[in-house]
Amino acid sequence: MTLRLAGPLAALSLALVAAAPAYAATIEVTIKQLVFSPAQISVKAGDTIEWVNKDFVAHTATSRDKSFDVQIPANGKGRLTVSKAGTFDYYCRFHPMMKGQIQATAP
Amino acid sequence: MIPVLRVGAMFLAATFLMAAAPAHSATPTDPQIAHIAYTAGNIDIKAAKLALSKSKNKDVIAFAKNMVSDHQAVNDKALALVKKLNVTPQDNDTSKALAKQAAAEQAKLSKLSGKAFDKEYAANELAFHKTVNGALKDTLIPDAQNPELKDLLSTGLKIFQGHQEHAQMLVDELK
Repeated sequence: MTLRLAGPLAALSLALVAAAPAYAATIEVTIKQLVFSPAQISVKAGDTIEWVNKDFVAHTATSRDKSFDVQIPANGKGRLTVSKAGTFDYYCRFHPMMKGQIQATAP
Repeated sequence: MIPVLRVGAMFLAATFLMAAAPAHSATPTDPQIAHIAYTAGNIDIKAAKLALSKSKNKDVIAFAKNMVSDHQAVNDKALALVKKLNVTPQDNDTSKALAKQAAAEQAKLSKLSGKAFDKEYAANELAFHKTVNGALKDTLIPDAQNPELKDLLSTGLKIFQGHQEHAQMLVDELK
């Protein structure tokens, strides 16, 4: 039984790995004391960025080129799925000295 | 002789007043610092509510909404802290001066409308945050004795420095 199952299972595992070489990842950016950390992140298009806000006030992650504007509630989270490659500088609209950068490459 | 005596009397009176009011030159106490910070927050919330009732500009409205939520959040933290520390905020000359100045500004803003209102509101927000941030940095934070109060004021300063920069953007935009 064990041997018979192992064959197909191994094949299935290999197939899954081969068929999905670029699993979309989730990259976390923490906000604490009005600082994005890490301030600079490298992602692949298709990945999701999750901002985790440890502050008791709301923030935003707003791109300079206006391609995204993510609301991040106080003590809450905000998410963005990166749709294209490029370098995106972003800031918080409410506290503009808070700055970050996303470097996105093709998947 | 008479003028000299007069000057002497005035000098004495002045010296006496200084001696009788040591609080003027002394550093503020924690209950006074808490009162000043809370008063400043409330002043800004009140100004923001006036802006929300008068302005049609979407950026001014977005700024004012954020002032209400951020200052309310900081003041809620401050209230929770003084309760925890069993401290009663104490009114003082700085709080009174802030309140008096705010009442004059509120009266001025009430008479304005449209772009004139937006410009005055933004300019005053910039000036107000500059003044309060300067006081926090140079006096209130260094003078605060309780570490939790010091921490809250320091976090507050970071938030309000953000507001100052946001207000500067608004002022530039409304030019």
